Amino acid sequence: MATSLATIHALGLLTCFALLGTSRIGACIRWLSLQGILFSLVPVLTYDDGLTLRIILLAGGNIALKGVLFPLVLLHLRARTNYHREVEPFVGFVASILFGVVALAVSLGLARELQPALSHAPFLMLEAAIFLVSIGLFLIVSRRNALMQVIGYLVIENGIFVFAVITVVETPLLVELGILLDAFVAVFVMGIAVFHITREFGTADVDQLTTLRG
Amino acid sequence: MPELNAFLSPLCALVVAPLVLGIINRTKAFVAGRRGPPLLQPYRDVAKGLRRGAVYGEATSALVRLGPVVNLGALVAGLLLLPFASVPAVIAFPGDVIVLVGLLALGRFATVLAALDTGSSFEGMGASREVHYAAMAEPALLLALATLTRVTGASSLTAIYGGIGVSTWGHALPTLALVAMTFLVLELVENSRIPADDPTTHLELTMIHEVMVLDHTGPDLALIQYGAALKLWLLGMLFVGLVVPLHGGNLWLDGGAALLGMAGLALVIGVVESAMARYRLVHVPQFIVGAATLSAVGFIVLLV
Repeated sequence: MATSLATIHALGLLTCFALLGTSRIGACIRWLSLQGILFSLVPVLTYDDGLTLRIILLAGGNIALKGVLFPLVLLHLRARTNYHREVEPFVGFVASILFGVVALAVSLGLARELQPALSHAPFLMLEAAIFLVSIGLFLIVSRRNALMQVIGYLVIENGIFVFAVITVVETPLLVELGILLDAFVAVFVMGIAVFHITREFGTADVDQLTTLRG
Repeated sequence: MPELNAFLSPLCALVVAPLVLGIINRTKAFVAGRRGPPLLQPYRDVAKGLRRGAVYGEATSALVRLGPVVNLGALVAGLLLLPFASVPAVIAFPGDVIVLVGLLALGRFATVLAALDTGSSFEGMGASREVHYAAMAEPALLLALATLTRVTGASSLTAIYGGIGVSTWGHALPTLALVAMTFLVLELVENSRIPADDPTTHLELTMIHEVMVLDHTGPDLALIQYGAALKLWLLGMLFVGLVVPLHGGNLWLDGGAALLGMAGLALVIGVVESAMARYRLVHVPQFIVGAATLSAVGFIVLLV
């Protein structure tokens, strides 16, 4: 179990770095899908009582939403907005990757501080959760394209999911599914918003939103 | 006094290294549907160069003559530090990983000086690009070796590669896989292979490594080509030693496995070169920094 958690952890970190270093939106969406699937497997590996119905629903629902449905919605949106690249991010790609390394070190330190309070949580996943949240926030503030910001939001959502799974052992299934539903609605609302923005302004570049047209 | 066996590793490299180039070229030709040059063509190229006389520009100094010799010397010295399968290196002492990186840097420095000394603007451009990439590739190599040092707790190449076995892969799988990927990228970048540079391009403006050696002729060019083969072998062995960690004790079996690994690596490089297009110049640093990041992640994962 420890090895498979470590493998998920390493692969998950790599998807984050791929998101930081890729300019093509389509590739980013696919990395996001892989990341969603990887971290959906965390409850299967961390809960000791085997494959209960609850865990299957939780992991399956996550994979269906974050691994399949959200990427499909985003890919569809990308095709509609005809916007395929993050051309000029506020922070360059090399600098973003270097930020990722620093963020990884910082989240390692934070996870060390948190570990005594959450002694039953696997350390690797604690660190991954903090790292995912910081990378998602960074993507939101450093990218111009509205689609990349939706991707950043979903990375944060992945982080929160991991954190919830490892820290709160007995979350009612209803609450978990409720959170999933929230994310689902949020992605749809954001998708509609991005679509309308591109139709009104002719671009998904959020920097252009200040140029109002009457 | 090291064992006599230990000299097998550099000797093997000196003899077999150009063959690796031959395998790469043959693979590329095969994928493209051509027959390709004979496997031994790199040897013939070197022999042809050695038979010829050298021409030196009137404006050049001794640096041009010194460049290829120093480069080759540094690479041969690097080979002496390199273990081969279960055979320890000729020279091994704690910290020799840094000496290896330093020797590679020295060889590059000599080549760059020789390129600048010719006074050709193309060569100056090539030198600038080469150093630009090296500024990122060297930290990547150091990071990868530092991560291996951390995994095995040893700081000499012989001890590091002797300490990596199948069981090491069992408990440090993510880290070792990440470091192996870094080595693979470095093998491509440092040997001017396709995603970073094109060894067969004929347009000076797009060349990086090749343009630096345009003004070298005859024996000098032969030394440079031979040096390129040795460098390919040296960096390739860092990768193969990691991926094929067999230390059964039987010299022939282990050595054979390592040689097979090297041939496999040559096939992989050939396929990569056939399947990928070259990156735009501005994207290559991203590629190298990405590779360095892999090792950095491997290192940080180990700290847990």
